[in-house]
Amino acid sequence: MSLAYYPGCTLKTRARNLEQPAVASMEALGFKLNEVPRWNCCGAVYSLAEDDLIHQVAPVRNLIRAKKQGETELVTLCAFCLNTLKRANILMKEDIAKRDTINDFIDEEIDYAGEVKVVHLLEVLRDELGWEALSQKVKLPLRGLRVAPYYGCTLLRPREVAIDSVEDPTILREFLEALGASPVDFPESTRCCGSYQVISSPDDISGYARLILDSALSHGAETLVVTCPLCDYNLGRGQKELSKKSGFREMPLLYFTQLLALALGLGPQVCHFQLNHGSPELLLKEKTLIS
Amino acid sequence: MSAKERTKESAKTAVKEKRHIATKLIPIYIMGKRYEVPEGFTIMKAMEYAGYILIRGCGCRGGTCGACGTFYRKPGDYKLQVALACQKTVEPDMYIAQIPFFPANRALYAFAELTAAPEEVFKLYPELFRCVACNSCTKACPQGIEVMDAVSALKQGNIARAAQLSFDCIQCGLCTSRCFGELAQYHMFQLARRIYGARIVPRAEHLAEMVKAVDKGKYDRFLDVLKRAKEDELKKLYQEREVEPLVAGEDWKPKDTTYL
Repeated sequence: MSLAYYPGCTLKTRARNLEQPAVASMEALGFKLNEVPRWNCCGAVYSLAEDDLIHQVAPVRNLIRAKKQGETELVTLCAFCLNTLKRANILMKEDIAKRDTINDFIDEEIDYAGEVKVVHLLEVLRDELGWEALSQKVKLPLRGLRVAPYYGCTLLRPREVAIDSVEDPTILREFLEALGASPVDFPESTRCCGSYQVISSPDDISGYARLILDSALSHGAETLVVTCPLCDYNLGRGQKELSKKSGFREMPLLYFTQLLALALGLGPQVCHFQLNHGSPELLLKEKTLIS
Repeated sequence: MSAKERTKESAKTAVKEKRHIATKLIPIYIMGKRYEVPEGFTIMKAMEYAGYILIRGCGCRGGTCGACGTFYRKPGDYKLQVALACQKTVEPDMYIAQIPFFPANRALYAFAELTAAPEEVFKLYPELFRCVACNSCTKACPQGIEVMDAVSALKQGNIARAAQLSFDCIQCGLCTSRCFGELAQYHMFQLARRIYGARIVPRAEHLAEMVKAVDKGKYDRFLDVLKRAKEDELKKLYQEREVEPLVAGEDWKPKDTTYL
């Protein structure tokens, strides 16, 4: 089965360790992630200013191009891209006045009214493949790996774009269980990593990280699984600063797609662990998940 | 042709041109002022006809130097049009503003130190991330380049794609003049093409081998023969030389393979 796929800029540079294991894994699961041939930045962050329509143009243009190609569904992998595209899509579907203004502005393209459904890869795994089918494809169960599922914000907030229950999400836990890992519930799994606040207040980065990582550690997690390159960056940089300041032991951070690829037996070569924070390879070796 | 004949010939052409000019003049607006200019003239010729002396904003007059980027609009159409003044022929009632130059900062870099990592481009041109995908750059390109796609390619770290998409860029700067995010697209693309050419495209090994062979004297004896040849002999050699046909397959070889 072929899926129209929107990667996002960071997945092509800093977060290749998020994308490449995903592409390989989906292929192994019988889904082909077909990258849309023409795409631009998703808009990076959804603009909340009511009259700031120019910043809706980038996400909408991507949706138009998907529609033009005859796609009805667009799969995203980066949690931030999902959020931006999905919210812009709702705007185009529901706000007729703004939709008209944006369509008028993008006069070189066809009109758009929210026809393409934006989904996250985790939703494809849950809703189109199913956890049971996924667990049957697992070749190397992640047995004994205690993973804290970290959602961050953009998969779940605001409510209208959430891929799961806003208050009590289970999708990552179910995903980890299907791979044979041991999910570790912890109360900070949906706390914000600091997001783009760290640009204006870089000193706060370790404060955000400490709350989340301390909580995961104290609940017995050995690693934290993330879905978003910005969470990965903030938590990774934050704990690096903590370790410099106070001897904080860095916790390995892993993308959910890396765990997927390992469990499907695709090996570390598709995972690009050299791009990860907190050296997960040591832990994975200890658990004999890589050699 | 003798000098006398030449004079006669040019007089004839002048009469012809005059007659042509006399047949049809059309109105155009240069920087808001109305002029009547001969139909069929390029914008550049029309400006000169109208009395402008171009010391900037004109270069090759052949559509490749990028000096004469021009915006124009036609009455009743909100669309801004673009052209190269040396290529586009005038149309009735076009309102013309040539943009000979547009300010855009070019980053300074030590090329030898660049490795083709996307982050190097990000660092040199951080304004890249101000792009909002409005696509005004693409609409402003007289070369028909997908400018915004090339900007996106750079953001995605795909320097090769940016170089390939921007291959026809003549650095006229019209994209930059229209940019909402104040990017200097044409400078970024030039950097992309330089990196692509020097670091990404595979080296042509056969070329290096040939240069080495030439250095070692592969052609010295043939050149010596030419150096010693008399003028008549040289002319004869030149006139009788074998030229590769315009349409020749890759396996084409000259009849005389002495020099291969």
